[in-house]
Amino acid sequence: MNMSAITHHIPDHLLAAYAAGSLSDTFALVVATHISMCQHCRAGLEAHHMTGGIFLEDAPAQAISAGLKADILAQLDAPYRPEPVYERRGVYPGPLNAALKAQDPTWKKLGMGVHQSILSAGSEGSVRLLWIPAGQKMPDHGHNGLELTLVLQGSFSDETGFYGTGDLEIGDEHLEHTPIAGPDMPCICLAATDAPLRLKGFMPRLLQPLFRI
Amino acid sequence: MMTQVLISPARRATTGKPRVGQAKNSGRSVSEDNSNISDQTKQLLAVRDQRDKTAFAALFDYFAPRLKGVLMRSGCSGAQAEEIVQDVMLTVWRKAAQFDPHRAQASAWIYQIGRNRHIDMLRKTNRPQPEEPDGMADVEPDASQILALQQEAGHLKAAIQTLNDDQRDVIERAYLGELSHQEISAQTGLPLGTIKSRIRLGLERLRHELKGLR
Repeated sequence: MNMSAITHHIPDHLLAAYAAGSLSDTFALVVATHISMCQHCRAGLEAHHMTGGIFLEDAPAQAISAGLKADILAQLDAPYRPEPVYERRGVYPGPLNAALKAQDPTWKKLGMGVHQSILSAGSEGSVRLLWIPAGQKMPDHGHNGLELTLVLQGSFSDETGFYGTGDLEIGDEHLEHTPIAGPDMPCICLAATDAPLRLKGFMPRLLQPLFRI
Repeated sequence: MMTQVLISPARRATTGKPRVGQAKNSGRSVSEDNSNISDQTKQLLAVRDQRDKTAFAALFDYFAPRLKGVLMRSGCSGAQAEEIVQDVMLTVWRKAAQFDPHRAQASAWIYQIGRNRHIDMLRKTNRPQPEEPDGMADVEPDASQILALQQEAGHLKAAIQTLNDDQRDVIERAYLGELSHQEISAQTGLPLGTIKSRIRLGLERLRHELKGLR
């Protein structure tokens, strides 16, 4: 993958919120996936860790209970079960592969050749994979909250520009757009929202809850 | 619930990534080479490369009380805080192979582990984390790069010290406290000029490093 091709990055305030752990898990998944593809944003994250580390160095100390240190030292050689490490699988970088539990996504038809696979949907928001046929126009839609869309394969274009593999589009309530998948191959995206989308002319609004959009 | 099918046996080793040859022990050691590197970074390298328990104990003495202080200020009881401290320090020992002194100071690396552990405990989930870049921790430690990073951190620290108490408190709460996403957005992350430009300089340097290592 040509990493230098990424031109749409994570805005700094989202990186800071991710570093501090303040992002919801749905947005954190998109951020962690983008960072896995993007050295530029990885460096940004490290800078926020550096800042956090400086505050940690200066933090007021609280006395530790007697015995805790000895307890921990005694556990250093003890066997333990390591957490599984998920590596990239196909177009799915490690954190996304972890969210998929190393399984292929379960695609559901959404109409017009578009498929989706919902990874999680709840009160905090939803995160899904979208599969859009090459050259397919997506329905014109707006957003009620924040939407992050990360391209995993192929590309799409809309009124705001061109998004290639690794690029991240930030949508908010002001963005009303009609994305079109690039002509070369199907476009696969990871999309997270903290509110339902406003779809126009794609399916009746009444049906939207059924598709959890 | 989780599968390990994609993990090679080497990656399942307790310290994470497989090491490349003996590169680390064949050349000059950072601790002999440069006394200006911070004690914590030297200790963490000794833990990583020599599995040095004395160095680990020193890291515990430095970080455990600070981690506990941060956790208690964000609402943990003393017992909860110590449970997380224990988890963090064991993770430091077990994942030391992932520490790359060219990218992170010891405090930055431990900060990140601490945040992850705290949040995973609060939300009872595993927070999504980026893939570790391949091979970066396998490079022979370069004292000049480590010192350059340390110098950058020094500038950032000095910039933080120039803030008044209110300003400092806002930023400190963003990094150490429990802010909701909305609160963070409202503050646009890092609102204050000097800090922001300092972080940006740090960023540029880190980006340059990462380019070289790619």
